[in-house]
Amino acid sequence: MNGTLVSLAIIFSQLSLLAFGGGNTILPEMQRQVVEVHHWMPASEFSALFALAQAAPGPNLMIVTLIGWHVAGWPGMLVTSIAKFGPSSIVTILALHAWDRFKDRPWRRYAQWGLVPVTAGIVAASAALIAQASDSTAIAWAITAVTAAIALKTRVHPLWLLAAGSLIGLTGFGQ
Amino acid sequence: MDQNLTSLDSAEARKPTLREIFGGFLGLGLISFGGALPLARRALVEQRRWLSAEDFTDLLGLCQFLPGGNVINLSVAVGMRFRGIPGALAGILGLIAGPSLVVIGLGVLYEHTQDDPHVRHLFAGLAAAAAGLLISMAVKILLPLRHKPMAALIAALGFIAIAILRLPLLPTMLVLTPLSIYVASRNAQ
Repeated sequence: MNGTLVSLAIIFSQLSLLAFGGGNTILPEMQRQVVEVHHWMPASEFSALFALAQAAPGPNLMIVTLIGWHVAGWPGMLVTSIAKFGPSSIVTILALHAWDRFKDRPWRRYAQWGLVPVTAGIVAASAALIAQASDSTAIAWAITAVTAAIALKTRVHPLWLLAAGSLIGLTGFGQ
Repeated sequence: MDQNLTSLDSAEARKPTLREIFGGFLGLGLISFGGALPLARRALVEQRRWLSAEDFTDLLGLCQFLPGGNVINLSVAVGMRFRGIPGALAGILGLIAGPSLVVIGLGVLYEHTQDDPHVRHLFAGLAAAAAGLLISMAVKILLPLRHKPMAALIAALGFIAIAILRLPLLPTMLVLTPLSIYVASRNAQ
């Protein structure tokens, strides 16, 4: 149990500092660690937890809390949350002063521009891996494709799309 | 006497207390479905008037630049700016307290009901739709790169390394990020 908590602390404090461009960039590494390295759950269950977290309110990385709780109960949840949110928050506090001081330096903009393509590629990888783990049937692939298209083309609230996907799933059609 | 207040004093008068910071972000955390950013702007700039529109954009720029979720960093930065470290703690704890409890409630529900075929089907549909939302977000980030061949190439390398070769994130970022920043600085000159 203690070994598990230590592993959770190490994994998530590392991920905390690597989460450039928001949470979704660390999904693939989280999945690799949780599913392939530590075998805490199968890939399908990881996707189910991701989906649960998406259906809940709040910032988009609540899957972290859920993984900690699923793997090691309340202590796991606590350790994982502190490990995930602590280090990046300390960096934010430290950076707040420097940010104001270097406001007009060009390298600040280069670094900001430079991170965009890296983030874009990794978020695309996240989407591919999550879709692959979530979609085992043709109907599931169809739900994913239609949801993506509607979210791109319209301003429908994401919660309606999640509800629609759940309802189509509930009919059991194609499973 | 009120007329003698300088703008600094009135800013001081509006400075939110720890309780207000916690409460403000608690409310934000509980109502933000599918991304808290648009709601964060409305709450902080338009409703509570803790930040001017320029301050918000500037702080958000910092938060997007740093590791960690944008709104999570924003809760830390806003709390820090008004009340120092206790304020930063009040901000982030307020933001994640509500969603943590909700998500664990959903987790309990899932564990107790996952053997029921109806529930399994429901979650299969939910997961498929969640994957679709993630794809739409990836497309939105990728589209602006289509006229920038070098940036698109770096994005493609990142995709191949993570999704196909399943390489760890740290070495991938250590190679691609400096390369990408170098390309960005060359293009700017």
